[in-house]
Amino acid sequence: MSSAPKGKPAFRLHIAVFLAPAVLVYTTIMIVPLFGTLQLALFRSVDGAQTFVGLGNFEVLFGDPRWSQSFWNALANNTWFFIIHMLVQNPIGIALAALLSRPSLRLRGFYRTAIFIPTILSFVIVGFVWKLILSPVWGVAPGMLDAVGLKFLFAPWLGKEAYALTTLALISVWQFVGIPMMLIYAALLSIPDEILEAAECDGITGFAQFWKIKLPLVLPAIGIISILTFVGNFNAFDLIYTTQGALAGPNFATDILGTFLYRTFFGFQLQLGDPNMGATIASVMFLIILTGVSIYLFGIQTRLRRYQF
Amino acid sequence: MKATALKGLLLAATAISAVGAAYAQDATLTIESWRNDDLTIWQDTLIPAFEAKHPGIKVTFSPTAPAEYNAALNSKLESASAGDLITCRPFDASLALFDAGHLAPLTDLEGINNFSPVAKSAWITDDGSTPFCVPMASVIHGFIYNKDAFDELGISVPQTEDEFFAALDKIKADGTYIPMAMGTNDQWEAATMGYQNIGPNYWKGEEGRNALISGDQKLTDEAWVAPYQTLARWKDYLGDGFEAQTYPDSQNIFTLGRAAIYPAGSWEISGFNAQADFEMGAFIPPVKAAGDTCYISDHTDIAIGLNAASPNAEAGRAFLNWVASAEFASLYANALPGFFPLSSEPVELEDPLAQEFISWRGKCESTIRSTYQILSRGTPNLENETWNASANVVRGSETPEAASARLQEGLASWYKPQM
Repeated sequence: MSSAPKGKPAFRLHIAVFLAPAVLVYTTIMIVPLFGTLQLALFRSVDGAQTFVGLGNFEVLFGDPRWSQSFWNALANNTWFFIIHMLVQNPIGIALAALLSRPSLRLRGFYRTAIFIPTILSFVIVGFVWKLILSPVWGVAPGMLDAVGLKFLFAPWLGKEAYALTTLALISVWQFVGIPMMLIYAALLSIPDEILEAAECDGITGFAQFWKIKLPLVLPAIGIISILTFVGNFNAFDLIYTTQGALAGPNFATDILGTFLYRTFFGFQLQLGDPNMGATIASVMFLIILTGVSIYLFGIQTRLRRYQF
Repeated sequence: MKATALKGLLLAATAISAVGAAYAQDATLTIESWRNDDLTIWQDTLIPAFEAKHPGIKVTFSPTAPAEYNAALNSKLESASAGDLITCRPFDASLALFDAGHLAPLTDLEGINNFSPVAKSAWITDDGSTPFCVPMASVIHGFIYNKDAFDELGISVPQTEDEFFAALDKIKADGTYIPMAMGTNDQWEAATMGYQNIGPNYWKGEEGRNALISGDQKLTDEAWVAPYQTLARWKDYLGDGFEAQTYPDSQNIFTLGRAAIYPAGSWEISGFNAQADFEMGAFIPPVKAAGDTCYISDHTDIAIGLNAASPNAEAGRAFLNWVASAEFASLYANALPGFFPLSSEPVELEDPLAQEFISWRGKCESTIRSTYQILSRGTPNLENETWNASANVVRGSETPEAASARLQEGLASWYKPQM
């Protein structure tokens, strides 16, 4: 009576009470809609009534040449969008962080803020500002290129199938480069001075120090940034929608999964929305992201070496 | 004598209002609409004019943002909280509301007889038997041009296609003006002001449009490919970097006087009147050979219907009859130059540019945009595909023949008469 049997701790009610608000809110606004979407994907509207069709919608998405062509196009574009971010945004972010963390740099706070500010701007502002900058009619880009004698390099990038997607990816990089910079900067600052001093005693300075000491120590942070980029890119939608519209022109060259989902789910112009096919696409997007994150969590993160200071 | 006349008038007015009051004792009608922009016109002009004639009926105009209108209206109708009168989008969106029982049939509404079959086509069941909205306005396509530029270069208004391209060549050779202001960034300009603007001359308006719906013609037929071939020639006359030029860009280029010709819809008129400080004129889409019958796209755009669940149905019908009257047509058309009344009653417009546009109804055969009725019901959606195809053709990244073949294949994949 006096005590519970050993090894079986008493039920701690306060844990449940403290968790409840977060669990409730998260369940109502995240988990329930997620399963609602997955469920919606298994139904189809037949004569106005929702009918269970199993994986029928997925068969249409991958089997029907029209649907599958749009889907693979969107996925390929999305992958390219992600590759540009990984190749451009993250290395630049790391380089900026490395520069910022140099003790001899002056005006550090100014640079840090200036580079980070675009991140807090709305997509709509970024989209329209860049659209205006690059506009062949009113934009400053043609004039500036002309001033340095490089006018021949100018093209209406956002209107050309070959360049539009890359241009948009670079705009997105411009906007978000502040995030990897900040995270890496924080990671670099947390490296104890003792280690760096020891390295200097061993004659490792400058670039060698960055490659051999700092980079391995911030590798976990780079991993986190990569996965954030991955999730962010495969959920992207706003920038394309504000600059190119829901039809993701020219000729679907900038169509990514988010715009494809939007067009299908909500409809566009005369095309009525199809929530079931939309949910199917959303489910596939969820699976893609889930797979990517799982590969990272189980395949990469567990192998990253961590250092305790 | 005068006093008698006045008395008679008063008596008549009382009688009319008594009739009005008999069925509509202080009914309040609420109008659902997406036309935010028209709020002042309704409040200051239209509603007072109606209320003066129908004492006892109060009208409230309650618009929603255009992009949210369809969704907001649907949920209001589902929850029975929608207004009495519903502004109708053309074609399938409204047909769906009628099929779901949200819009009352208007077959026996007197005023509905004031409209031609083309005017009613956007708000009628597929078999053409039951209209469910009273047409309010349409928009007409054509070309608006800069008169000063034409005078300066000594160009007369082109009547035929050859004259049209000759004029474009002349403007281009001169170099002062961009021959034509249009971009492909937003895609719909190429389809709506391009393909649907010049197309009716090729497919002979209603004749071709109906033949496409019945399956007698295909999009790969000469009549449907030829407009794309003409459109492909436009590329050379558009401004530098037109690929990334947006719709507002095109409007501004024209109103700033930098371009000579603007492929237009009549809805531009009021905006252009306010912006441009040169004289503007308009011409009909040029025909192939002089003397050919001309066809114009006189596209039905906006109508008004009665909520089937409205408790004030009688008052609502009175309002709809008034919308069908010449008085409404003239008030509306003059308040909104460029949105033309569809009523068969003749209307005089004060705006010269708008008068020019509406005068074409007498010279040419009217039709509506080919992709709007029935043909955009499936997936792939013909209208959206047409945007994409037209933009591709103008940019030169797809040939007219390939684009037509692709559209036909898409249409045939779900539309039975075309299979």
